[in-house]
Amino acid sequence: MIPFEYLEHTADIKFRAYGKTPEEMLSNAAAALFKSMVQPETIAIKETWKVELKAFDLEDLAYQWLSEIVFLFETESAVFAAFAVKLEQDATQSWKLQAEIGGERIDLKRHAFGNEVKAITRHKFGIKKNEVWCIQVILDV
Amino acid sequence: MVEISKINDNIYEVPIGYRPGMRVPGRIFVSAVLREMVEPGTVDQVANVASLPGIVKYSMAMPDAHLGYGFPIGGVAAFREEGGIISPGGVGFDINCGVRLLRTDLQAEAVQPRINTLIDALFEAIPSGLGATGRLHASDQQLTEAFINGSAWAVEEGYGVEADLSHCEENGHMPGAQPSQVGVKARKRGRPQLGTLGSGNHFLEIQKVEEIYDEAKAKQFGLFKGQITVMIHCGSRGAGHQICTDHLEVLSKAVKKYNIDIPDKQLACAPLGSPEADNYFGAMVCAANYAWANRHIIAHWTREVFERYFPGSKLDLVYDVAHNVAKIEEHQVDGKRERLYVHRKGATRAFGPSRSEVPDTYRNVGQPVLIPGSMGTSSYVLCGSDQALDLTFGSACHGAGRVMSRSQALKLFTGQNVKAALNRDGIVVKATSPGMLAEEAPQVYKPSGDVVDVVHNLGIATKVARLVPLGVSKG
Repeated sequence: MIPFEYLEHTADIKFRAYGKTPEEMLSNAAAALFKSMVQPETIAIKETWKVELKAFDLEDLAYQWLSEIVFLFETESAVFAAFAVKLEQDATQSWKLQAEIGGERIDLKRHAFGNEVKAITRHKFGIKKNEVWCIQVILDV
Repeated sequence: MVEISKINDNIYEVPIGYRPGMRVPGRIFVSAVLREMVEPGTVDQVANVASLPGIVKYSMAMPDAHLGYGFPIGGVAAFREEGGIISPGGVGFDINCGVRLLRTDLQAEAVQPRINTLIDALFEAIPSGLGATGRLHASDQQLTEAFINGSAWAVEEGYGVEADLSHCEENGHMPGAQPSQVGVKARKRGRPQLGTLGSGNHFLEIQKVEEIYDEAKAKQFGLFKGQITVMIHCGSRGAGHQICTDHLEVLSKAVKKYNIDIPDKQLACAPLGSPEADNYFGAMVCAANYAWANRHIIAHWTREVFERYFPGSKLDLVYDVAHNVAKIEEHQVDGKRERLYVHRKGATRAFGPSRSEVPDTYRNVGQPVLIPGSMGTSSYVLCGSDQALDLTFGSACHGAGRVMSRSQALKLFTGQNVKAALNRDGIVVKATSPGMLAEEAPQVYKPSGDVVDVVHNLGIATKVARLVPLGVSKG
């Protein structure tokens, strides 16, 4: 299983991320998102950020999760390269995500930047489970 | 299956029935050559928009149309106040992404020898690229005022001059802002980024007026052959992106609440008059005003740099247009005057002389319509016409439109060879990332001249001048 792959898209960035578990899929999706923004090899892990999110379904949770990473990148002036995701479903079937994100503050001399991701779009956004879990995402750049 | 039909050389119709649920036909304004470049997915998006409640006349796509999310990029759609909707998908994430053109009193020969120094200084003066924050460090209070008063706030703060305001669409500050509808996250992203250019296809360009098509209108716009102009292309930065993201969430739920059948999640919308629609509109106006303030500040810093190298030079604002916005406008529909919510997503307003929105200085000819080229290709100044009101609710194209994916571009080009090729054409480029240059290579866009010709031939907006880049500063 490859962790993620980028697909052809004329104007924006489209990717699919995979995982044996929904946790692994969300972690790989975050890595795919961030790789389009900054080359991961240029990022050292010096600090961690904690994220907690809740949603009624997994798709909503995934959307919030990826949007949160874009938000943290801009407001914390930080770049990320490690994404550890834990999921829980409570009695009402709502989803809860707890994540630890590893990275460091932006260093314009060292970090190789790529695309500016404006937002995660809802266009053709979706999660499927066949042999493995798969999420498809289109980024507005 | 119902087929797309050709109405004339530049208009194609997507008939009702092309996709289920269409309420009006779609219209794609393209030449035969550009028609070949419109992907089937883009046509589907035109048809999907046609299924939204209260849509008037047609779901339209401009000649630079390409695949968007929900609405196509280059999409125009107007909705009745009674029974219509508003959709963030019809505005886009980068609310009031737009273009501003400054004219100088300098001749190209005077500027060209110092173009490298000038571009370096502009690149230095105007923060751009990923991870960059502004020189401004706006306070929370300043942010709120920028949301409400846009360019007028910027002028009060000492950026730009009063006379600039009437040369901005909406005078640079659209009424109806509701800062209370802007969330904490959008404020947090917006504050440090006020006064930044951004990345991607955004740019600041020093240009030369290469060709004049219409002497009289060029004179009216203050343009002459060989003149140096400066074009600024950017939008509402993280504030706008976050406002769109946040309200899309609310409107996704509104679709269920109000029982609106949408074929694509990115077409989430709310009925006009509902609290969800009002709140989105109030927040969208904040982002639009933020973008006008942003372009005002960047223009001010540009003037400072010119003053340093060309003391006493004058940089007057020709015009500033929005190409990602929803506006309340009156239009003639079936012989009646109606208030409509006109969505322009990658489309420029192109009003003619009959509209009171056109500033006094241009009222006898129509508003300037600014069409940026891609990096290294020509930009155009056109003049809006009354004919556009009938055909497209007074809307024209907004640029060239991509034809090649970023990954394909990266396979074919490197930043270095793109830069070298541009240098050979006498164009100096400064960018934060070499990869960005490859992704934005001139070849990844449709030829801007072809796009503009369709608009000109249809009489939507007529060609006034062609501008060629001399120096480009990119994020």
